[in-house]
Amino acid sequence: MQPLTGQHRGHAGQTGAAPARRDPAPSRIAYRLHRLWLTPLFRALLRVGLPAFALVFALGAVFSDAERRAQVVGVWQDLRDAVEARPEFQVTRMEVRGASPTVEAAMHALGPQAFPVSSFHLDLAGLRAEFEALDAVARADLQLRAGGLLDVRIAEREPAIVWRSREGLELLDAEGFRIARLRSRAARADLPLIGGDGADAAVPEALALIAAAAPLGARVIGLTRMGERRWDLVLDRDQRVMLPEREPIAALERVIVQTQTQELLERDVEAVDMRNPARPTVRLSQQALSELRRIRALEQGARNR
Amino acid sequence: MTDLFRKQQAMRQMRRAAMQRGVIAVLDVGTSKVACLILRFDGPERNREMDGVGPMAGQSSFRVIGAATTRSRGVRFGEISAMQETERAVRTALQAAQKMAQMRVDHVIACFSGGGPRSYGMAGDIGIENVAVGEPDIARVLAACDVPDIGTGREVLHAQPVNFTLDHMTGLSDPRGQIGNRLSCDMHLLSVDEAVIGNLIHCIRRCDLELAGIASSAYVSGVSSLVEDEQELGAACIDLGGGATGVSIFIRKHMIYADSVRMGGDHVTADISKGLQVPMAVAERIKTFYGGVVATGLDDREMIEIGGDSGDWERDRRSVSRTELIGIMRPRVEEILEEVRARLDAAGFDHLPSQQVVLTGGGSQIPGLDGLAARVLGQQVRLGRPLRVQGLPQAATGPAFSSAVGLSLFAAHPQDEFWDFEAPADRYPVRSLRRAVRWFRDNW
Repeated sequence: MQPLTGQHRGHAGQTGAAPARRDPAPSRIAYRLHRLWLTPLFRALLRVGLPAFALVFALGAVFSDAERRAQVVGVWQDLRDAVEARPEFQVTRMEVRGASPTVEAAMHALGPQAFPVSSFHLDLAGLRAEFEALDAVARADLQLRAGGLLDVRIAEREPAIVWRSREGLELLDAEGFRIARLRSRAARADLPLIGGDGADAAVPEALALIAAAAPLGARVIGLTRMGERRWDLVLDRDQRVMLPEREPIAALERVIVQTQTQELLERDVEAVDMRNPARPTVRLSQQALSELRRIRALEQGARNR
Repeated sequence: MTDLFRKQQAMRQMRRAAMQRGVIAVLDVGTSKVACLILRFDGPERNREMDGVGPMAGQSSFRVIGAATTRSRGVRFGEISAMQETERAVRTALQAAQKMAQMRVDHVIACFSGGGPRSYGMAGDIGIENVAVGEPDIARVLAACDVPDIGTGREVLHAQPVNFTLDHMTGLSDPRGQIGNRLSCDMHLLSVDEAVIGNLIHCIRRCDLELAGIASSAYVSGVSSLVEDEQELGAACIDLGGGATGVSIFIRKHMIYADSVRMGGDHVTADISKGLQVPMAVAERIKTFYGGVVATGLDDREMIEIGGDSGDWERDRRSVSRTELIGIMRPRVEEILEEVRARLDAAGFDHLPSQQVVLTGGGSQIPGLDGLAARVLGQQVRLGRPLRVQGLPQAATGPAFSSAVGLSLFAAHPQDEFWDFEAPADRYPVRSLRRAVRWFRDNW
């Protein structure tokens, strides 16, 4: 008897024939999906486009809430602050080297006020520009050193000359760069004095002239710039040496030689006019002139007599 | 004929598109199996110099990247009898091949063996207008061939020019550029049942595929299993398939005759099944394992368990000797070969200079078949295997795949057909306009 619900016997026998190889046909939809999956564009879309879209969508969803955005920004800021506040990055003091006390005080006033400060908040380039903007400072080198030290090395400008301008007395360096205002001439009596408009533009020449006028010693009061083009050497007793625009040193040396040989400037001369080197002229004082005339009249009278 | 012309041209266009994409599938819809190969074309042959492989039949320009075969369903005598089933089989084969190739294919070239192919010889003859023969002249001479009455419900499958004659010089394969007065051509036309083609086209459409060509399997298996000199000197290829046996005759590298016998390996199996009272599957297995056509003394002693599933001990313990099996198989194989012989005689195969017969197809694997065929078909019989092509899996190199491989060669280098030439100019109104101008000139 065969069981009614026996297992289904395929057409292949159990002894002779092997069971038919399983060879199922794909359903229409499976076939189409497989073909779709093998389409390169679709594949690229699914493997790159979909994850990218999901990522963007998720990020958008998370960050669409302003509160959450602020929270994320806050966490980031906290992290940043924590790193910046680490003691390794703290600057505790500033040391200024190579500056005079007044300049140093000005630097401390300009530099960071509240120590300690994080080196992340320190704008060294800006600070350097700020320091170098000071007239008295030629160059400033800033360096962060171990131990929280902000090392500032200053090269100050060397005052070389005093300029009496329309505004007042000013200290200039050898190039004519303004260093500071001077309250009185007496404060820097050791420096030569120049005056006149545009004198600061010709400081090197002035220094050379003053060096050349050294044989005149203490008689030299200073130099005056005339018409912003040439110099007058001012001596005491209201004497002046009017120097030419070109080669003033040679002209001055001639005057000095004449002084040494003929005592030109010791005489009652108001001005020595060297503006035309070919024709040096001497202007006598009024008294000397009348005296000269008197003497000449006397001489003439004696001859006429 | 214009309708067909357009349809075939559209298929050629499709093939060109597939070539541009570089991937095409070939589909052999047989009675016992559906085979699908996916070919990738890498442009012109690249490794010709290096590996010593000549261009042979253009098979070095492509590579098989996917191959699959499945049991055929719903195909009888090489014709679709159950559309849904066949569609399922095509889907199975194609999906497996696509999976292997990791690539989607949209274009497919198919072949089938059924449809009662019938050959016609046609001849055309024209005068050359210009001095030299040009492409339009070829088109004109092809169009000038007198179309035989192929009957209603028949469709032209192949229309291949096989020979050109220019004045008194015949045997030209390409007369273009030659000088002459009269050009005539011989064309081989193969017609099959319209409904069979229509069913196949419909079936492939239903699988979301574009048909890029269609061929007769008798022709393509001849292309793959005949070697070059056989094709040149004259040979017949006999493709012993499951449900139909294809016969094709080649000479001078052209097919000149094709036919099919509506009998094949399935009939042998059916005979065994009936004779031994076993199911078809068992009969198929016995046939492939123990089958033969020439019995020897040893075969009497070789007993084959045929079993059964009836629950009756007597029935389930049956066995037959191999001689008995051969005794069942041999008459049917002989019948098939006799039928083939009749077709070859009708085609005038005896008159060919060389009468080489090549047996291929799954049925040619029966041991001793070549000896039997030599008795029926003449002495020059050999068993043919398809050409080796790049990338073909070992499992698909047997004679059962000769039409699939031939179809790949056909896809790579199709024979010039009638529809590969531009439609001749007299189809256009330009001609009538010219005639009107001439009439004016003559009469004024």
